[in-house]
Amino acid sequence: MVIAWAAPATVDNCLTRNEWICGAYWSSRADDLVNALLQHLGIVVASVLLGLVVAFPLALLARRYRRVEGWVVGATTAVYTIPSLALFSLLVPLTGLGVETVVLGLGLYSLTILVRGMLDGLRGVPREVRESAAGMGYGAARMLFRVELPLAVPTIMGALRVATVSTVALTTVGAILDEGGLGDLLVEGQLSDFKAQVLATSLLCVLLAIVLDLVLVVAQRSMTPWTRRRRA
Amino acid sequence: MNGVLSWLTDPANWQGADGVPTLLLQHSLLTVAALVIAAVLGLPVAVWMGHRRRGGTLVVNLANVGRAVPVIALLSLLALGFVGSADFGPFGRAGLATLITLALFALPPIVTGAYVGMAGVDPEVVEAARGMGMSEVRLVRTVELPLAMPLIVSGLRLALVQVWATATVAAIVAGPGLGRIITHGYDADSPSEVIAGSLIVAVIALLLEVSMVLLQRAVDPLPAASR
Repeated sequence: MVIAWAAPATVDNCLTRNEWICGAYWSSRADDLVNALLQHLGIVVASVLLGLVVAFPLALLARRYRRVEGWVVGATTAVYTIPSLALFSLLVPLTGLGVETVVLGLGLYSLTILVRGMLDGLRGVPREVRESAAGMGYGAARMLFRVELPLAVPTIMGALRVATVSTVALTTVGAILDEGGLGDLLVEGQLSDFKAQVLATSLLCVLLAIVLDLVLVVAQRSMTPWTRRRRA
Repeated sequence: MNGVLSWLTDPANWQGADGVPTLLLQHSLLTVAALVIAAVLGLPVAVWMGHRRRGGTLVVNLANVGRAVPVIALLSLLALGFVGSADFGPFGRAGLATLITLALFALPPIVTGAYVGMAGVDPEVVEAARGMGMSEVRLVRTVELPLAMPLIVSGLRLALVQVWATATVAAIVAGPGLGRIITHGYDADSPSEVIAGSLIVAVIALLLEVSMVLLQRAVDPLPAASR
């Protein structure tokens, strides 16, 4: 790997001294950091959305049929057990060396968390509520979307937060395929002993996880106004 | 697939410092050592907090932090920082930094499992034991711990799977262990080696998970059948 950061030896600043905290790094590499951050965000959003889209029908099927539940829970748990570096690598023959492989792998991990969250959430809807809705003439689809899903939102959003935060951290492993967002810069920094870059990208990763978590908390509050009123 | 098979059956890949047995031993040593360190540090505290039913927020926060910090970030910070990336006994390159990272990532599941297990023991059972005149130590040892054991083992299971995976990922930046087969495969542009290494890591991970599930069932004082 080429070490591109080394300035002429005559210049004495925090970059040439290889310091952890270095304002010159943040300002001179702002474009690289923003690009990596956006790529990171894109990978996280795509993976979690993929997980959501696949988890929803799986959770509905698992709720309906006991045998499907066993298979779905067993298979997703098995996938979750496989280390990310190995999982990404095993997907390469299917989806190639691109970002698709990382998104697919991360989507599979989030699937495990999301299917369980959805199952728990839907199962937590009180029986009386379901019976009253049925008594009022709600059909299966209307019951699901107007009664069961809204009541399951807190549990599902809890799972979504866990899935999102873990996906932000796991995305860095995509660096093995040069598709790890901030992870690419992080690994490059580690391998070239570049402290300012390692610290900056590590901080940005954690910050991104915190911001996305907060966004989901706010989203959940606005989706479930009744939980706020009860508390007041 | 033929390439993978020939890599796996090539005796050259099963000997020397970069051979599968050496790396497997290194990987297993790291995993076990990290798990033991985390259990020794985390279990007593978590059991005590669960017994007192205090510190639940702390446990939740620990789990959240554990999820948000990337393995590569923590390992890189330690390896470039004061811990350094020198060889460390049988643990190989950046051994100490890797060991610390693994132990830290093993803590949240261990602490959560033990805390939830202890705090979740039926309060009526605890009251009954106290009413019988049991001392606190005896209550913990003979009533709460056995009832919490399945969740304690479940925490250890999650920690084991986590540590095994983390040890693999460590190879991307500096670490020792089986992940090096995979990263070496990428560097050498050898898909067979990448897949072979990944299969070894994945199969062992699944075996570990299955054996821990069986252990979890074995330690349950109230097996599903008798409930």
